[in-house]
Amino acid sequence: MKKQAAYAAFVVLLLAAAAYAAFFIAPTDARQGVVYRIIFLHVPCAETGLLSFFVCFVGNVAYVLKRDAKWDWLGVSAAEVGLAFTTACLVTGPIWAKPVWGIWWTWDARLTSTAVLWLLYVAYLLLRSLIEEPERRALLSALFGIFAFIDVPLVFGSIRWWRTQHPQPVIMGGPGSGLDPTMKAVLFFCWAPMLALMVLLMQSRYRLEAMRGDLDIVRREMETA
Amino acid sequence: MGLGLLSNTAVLLGKELRAEFRSRELLTTTVIFILMVMVLFSFTFDPSSSESRRFGGGLLWLAFLFAASLMLQPCFLREQTNDTLSALRLSVSDPFAILLAKLAANTLFLLVTELLMLPVFAVLYNVPVFPVFGQLLLVFFLGSLGVSVAGTALSAISAQARMRELLLPLLLLPLLTPVLVASTQVTAGLLDVQPFVQWKGVGFLAVFDLVFLTALWLFGEYLLEE
Repeated sequence: MKKQAAYAAFVVLLLAAAAYAAFFIAPTDARQGVVYRIIFLHVPCAETGLLSFFVCFVGNVAYVLKRDAKWDWLGVSAAEVGLAFTTACLVTGPIWAKPVWGIWWTWDARLTSTAVLWLLYVAYLLLRSLIEEPERRALLSALFGIFAFIDVPLVFGSIRWWRTQHPQPVIMGGPGSGLDPTMKAVLFFCWAPMLALMVLLMQSRYRLEAMRGDLDIVRREMETA
Repeated sequence: MGLGLLSNTAVLLGKELRAEFRSRELLTTTVIFILMVMVLFSFTFDPSSSESRRFGGGLLWLAFLFAASLMLQPCFLREQTNDTLSALRLSVSDPFAILLAKLAANTLFLLVTELLMLPVFAVLYNVPVFPVFGQLLLVFFLGSLGVSVAGTALSAISAQARMRELLLPLLLLPLLTPVLVASTQVTAGLLDVQPFVQWKGVGFLAVFDLVFLTALWLFGEYLLEE
């Protein structure tokens, strides 16, 4: 418990440092002005969200093969944390897009596939809430999680091929795109607290789920006794 | 495996088809549902021939997707209410045969309803479809196969949850986004004044089908655990 509190304090410090770097170290963008600074929150959130969903997928596959409740706990923790980060990404995106693109939303590949991804994991959590029996819930939601994760590249591919009329992504977009080196350094630095936060949240959520599992066992024993 | 799987699947497919053609409940309701969507859709835009060529592909596929999310409900529910799933599992050596038979039946049912509704669409929206019938059939087949593969798997999942009628569309529709995008694009190309086949889209649909068939083959047996 003490260790966790210390780690949480560390995460808060990292977040503060990242906020300082995002506001004071990174130079102001020549064309977009101050608004662009939201990418230091937006991009790390998007990437951390994707990573969490990958963790969820790993938990799902491991559960199906090993049938250890721990993998189920990991799966649900990762899905919830990933959903939180993806929500932050979906909220900060339009805040940036309105002043820069002039519109809140456009149906381009990244935006649309993120929205579909969000829907898929909302469905995953919804499915979990609708099955009572723990083993059945773990197995069926794990299977759905696997199908959902396999679907992600297909969603992205289909939308990228047919629905894209937007500017190339700035990072890893191809020739002509790119970030100022300081901006890039700050961006990478800002990813660290998000990853640390992801670990912290997943850990706490995992502990909560483990306690719930134990409580459930006790409750059932009492009912049968 | 191999021949045993195929013969098992064939027998089970026969059972699925017999069960449906005795009552014809599924086909009738699905056809009427698609018909209703088609009529209602005409109020949401100006249904002239040129506009219909632009929106027709999307209209058709959205109607098919919604219809499928309803049609796939009883797929496993029927086994559950009659408690026949364990009997089925005992009777075949490979549980994948059960899924294969169900998804083949679902593909067939979907394809039949789609083909029944196609001339109605052509008449209502003044879009000629017969010059490109063969190509449309290909898209309909690949699209319906994708819908059925994913839908059969998810209907096995949703049948075991509460609020299952509501749950299946919520699980299925976001998962089918790639099918919707690709088949709408290909169909729109075929409904164009100068029809053309978007082979990229056809290939994409085939890839989707293959990916989900493989996933179903790998993980399908866990779906049927009791």
